[in-house]
Amino acid sequence: MSAGREALRDTHRETVINGVRVFTAILIVVLAFSALAWRYYTLQIVQYERFLTQSDRNRVRLEAIPPKRGLIFDRKGRLLASNEPSHRLSVVVERVNDWDILLTKLKTLIALDEEAIERFEARRQYRRPYDAVPLKLQLTEEEMAVIAVNRHILPSIVIEAQLTRNYPYGELFSHGVGYVGRINERETAEIDAEAYRGTLHMGKVGLEKWYEEILHGTVGLQNVETNARGRVLRVLDSEPPVDGDDLQLHLDLDIQRAAFEALGDQRGAVVAIDPTNGGVLALVSKPGFDSNLFVNGISNRAYSGLRDSGDTPLLNRAVQGQYPPGSTVKPMIGLGGLEQGLITAETTVPDPGWYSLPGDSRRYRDWILRIRGTGHAPQVDLQMAIAESCDVYYYDLARRMGIDAMAESLAPFGLGELTGLDITSEKTGILPNTDWKRRVLGQPWYPGESLSAGIGQGYMLATPLQLAQATMVLANRGISYVPSLVWRVNGNPVDIEERPPLVASPEHWATVIAGMVGVVHSTAGTAASIGSNLSYTIAGKTGTSQVIGIAQDGVYDEDEILERHRNHGLFIAFAPAENPEIVVAVIAENGGGSSAAYPVARAVLDAWFSETQNGGL
Amino acid sequence: MADYDRYLPGSQRAFSRRKTISQFLHLDLLLLTPVLILMIGGLVVLYSGSDGDSGTVIRQIRNQAVGLLAMLFAAQIRLDTYRRWAPALFFASIFLLVLVPFFGVGAKGAQRWLSLGVMRFQPSEIMKLAMPLMVAAWFTRYTIPPKPAALFGALGLVIIPAALIASQPDLGTSLLVAASGFFVIFMAGLSWWYLASAAALFALSAWPAWLFLLKDYQKQRVLTLLDPESDKLGAGWNIIQSKTAIGSGGWEGKGWMQGTQSHLDFLPESQTDFIIAVLAEEFGLRGVLVLLLIYLLIILRGFWVGLKAQTGFGRLLAGAITLTLFVYVFVNMGMVAGILPVVGVPLPLVSFGGTSMVTLLLSLGVLMAISTEKRVIDQ
Repeated sequence: MSAGREALRDTHRETVINGVRVFTAILIVVLAFSALAWRYYTLQIVQYERFLTQSDRNRVRLEAIPPKRGLIFDRKGRLLASNEPSHRLSVVVERVNDWDILLTKLKTLIALDEEAIERFEARRQYRRPYDAVPLKLQLTEEEMAVIAVNRHILPSIVIEAQLTRNYPYGELFSHGVGYVGRINERETAEIDAEAYRGTLHMGKVGLEKWYEEILHGTVGLQNVETNARGRVLRVLDSEPPVDGDDLQLHLDLDIQRAAFEALGDQRGAVVAIDPTNGGVLALVSKPGFDSNLFVNGISNRAYSGLRDSGDTPLLNRAVQGQYPPGSTVKPMIGLGGLEQGLITAETTVPDPGWYSLPGDSRRYRDWILRIRGTGHAPQVDLQMAIAESCDVYYYDLARRMGIDAMAESLAPFGLGELTGLDITSEKTGILPNTDWKRRVLGQPWYPGESLSAGIGQGYMLATPLQLAQATMVLANRGISYVPSLVWRVNGNPVDIEERPPLVASPEHWATVIAGMVGVVHSTAGTAASIGSNLSYTIAGKTGTSQVIGIAQDGVYDEDEILERHRNHGLFIAFAPAENPEIVVAVIAENGGGSSAAYPVARAVLDAWFSETQNGGL
Repeated sequence: MADYDRYLPGSQRAFSRRKTISQFLHLDLLLLTPVLILMIGGLVVLYSGSDGDSGTVIRQIRNQAVGLLAMLFAAQIRLDTYRRWAPALFFASIFLLVLVPFFGVGAKGAQRWLSLGVMRFQPSEIMKLAMPLMVAAWFTRYTIPPKPAALFGALGLVIIPAALIASQPDLGTSLLVAASGFFVIFMAGLSWWYLASAAALFALSAWPAWLFLLKDYQKQRVLTLLDPESDKLGAGWNIIQSKTAIGSGGWEGKGWMQGTQSHLDFLPESQTDFIIAVLAEEFGLRGVLVLLLIYLLIILRGFWVGLKAQTGFGRLLAGAITLTLFVYVFVNMGMVAGILPVVGVPLPLVSFGGTSMVTLLLSLGVLMAISTEKRVIDQ
């Protein structure tokens, strides 16, 4: 039937139509294939270079190899800051399909606080999408195991091994060494991004910050071939990193620990210096904190706990704490009096226990008055004035010197200016004179204020470090060095820098130092109680500085006064007096008096000399 | 026929010779040779595209073997049988397409598969062959060129299954199936005036279709085509990476197994839809041109078979099958090179995959059936 139909059709016309259509189709095919060929020609020949570069850039990635941070040793080679291997959890952002799901999953596996997530968010702004951005540092063994088991459901997660700063002694060196912390947003904007590729931490405080550049080292780079998921397949070429320099400090673990333990719960600071080179043997500020807390981001709660504590553990009292130096300045002012010819070693001053300016009824009390009801002795000379810390003698000397001459005689000891110690945040203290008061307070200097200054009170402020440095000047009879924490860098000693010498006659030095020896070794010396059982001689000077002013006739009664208003106790010392090996300055904050300070100094000196005798350095 | 004899001197002599094995098996060697070259070459590229996975290559060889058997089988069936069974196959396919929404299994948000217990298949794949058969059979009942009534009937045959497939949703396959039917209409002599009006209508309907018909992911594909850089890590990734693979191949290519884009997993779907990028990267423009040439040979042979066909049914069917093959090649190579939107179209006979391999070889088998049909009129 169908064949019959076909027969009716105009087969000739059909074949013609078909022929035309076929040739049309062939034309279309040829045109379309030409278009394809043209397109591939454009991509493969015209734009070849561009796509070749693109494909190389795809597969080849420049990776940073972070350098190992330099180690920090004490003077005997004990490690104070090390790098410990640890593992961190990082996220490759471009591989995350659903951030919420990922977080939910992760939270069921490991502890993950909001802070860590916030920090991650802040950090990822600066990273390329294929970079692994750290989410949680310092994974525990357990967490690593949990993640390893669930690796297949967490394709965007990578575990990275790295070295993390570790401070084995924790609080003991929190202020001496400082700490590193994770680079924050502000720092990210400031640092050289190339130099810090792959580095997460940098020095934040103290030595770690001061020496950041040499501790950090130089970043290494390697070209790696990666697949589309960022996995490194092979290293094409690499330039190894240069590790940071190791620092060996003058700080001595034993001395540091002796000072730390001797202070006990007392707020305060201890600075011990080797007077032969200015090396800082101990730098303690109490209370401290565990530096390790800061390395991987301290929690906000822990941080505000430290920040808001009334005991200000974050304050490095040794270099930032500014205290009235009290009577510790007496040897220095005494030397100034001798040098300026205002007094001699034989000059005596009558001491009824108080002093008043001519034509003024106000009485300036000597501290001994409250205890004995009289002065130290009917006539007091310089040596006795130092040994027994006679205020009346110094009121008289101060009146005669005037503030400007006094400031002039104290300046060579380094008061009122930075010592230049290689540590951050050092404070200058205040060495007042008439100029200073006019400039800063806009007021003239009153003669009565000179009397206060003569016993290290009033406007005068000094840091424990400055006092230790001044003690070094006394110990060396005028010679001193810029204090420094770092002894050697990669085994090479750093240059010792001498301070401008204080030139004074040897007799004057002898007189002043004899007075200081009397402080410990004479029966009436203010620190005589540490003078027993000594195998070496100590030259020292006690100090007590007022926290609040006492009314003219008021009496300072320790028991009735708030703890925070109690006097600070100070003590400076060097030993052996004849040939000093160590100087030390101690401040016991609100310790009541110098008796809170000098036992600490004794403990530090004992630690030093027990070592020397035992054949130590 | 006289016209064609001028182009085909000796064609009659060929049929007077004794039967060779290929004639006995109804094989068209001029068609089969480039097809086999393509398939073998495809295995070489696939080995690289699968990153040296011989398992993939072996599975593909199995696909090819099944496909060749299907082709051989299809070549044995008489053309008249195809014509008579076309409606049955067509309506059975429509029936299966209707079943899909109710019994189908889905993947990636679309239901396209029917499960037969041990194996799954896509009814839309059967339609790829059933459609041209049906439309060609339809026109054997009418005069050529078709009158409007025949034409609109044919359009109905094209639109209904296309709409069913589009609703799965699978717009790409739907358009390809519609195209295979439309090519029959074109070959049947659809008047140029109609063609021009249809083209104009299509252009005019583009904007409303964009607003009301296309789904977001479909729009996304078009937008990605226009500006792949706008979504580098998302939808644009595939196109950027495939263009990079192609472009970085240059004239000579990076060498077999040396393509970094494919071997380092930058290239998506490097065994299936994007395998041309592997070829372009590793064998360069030279390889691409050779591939185009082989396809051109197959296509020209297909048209030749159409020209030589004894019946109108054979002529229409051969032209449509050939044009459909051409569209696959064009769409696939165009989309990978970033001049057409990404739709799921494999590179014929090269891409990894059983279904497309079997359907394509089956249609080539039909082409061979046409090619080896006895010359009723001449004898």
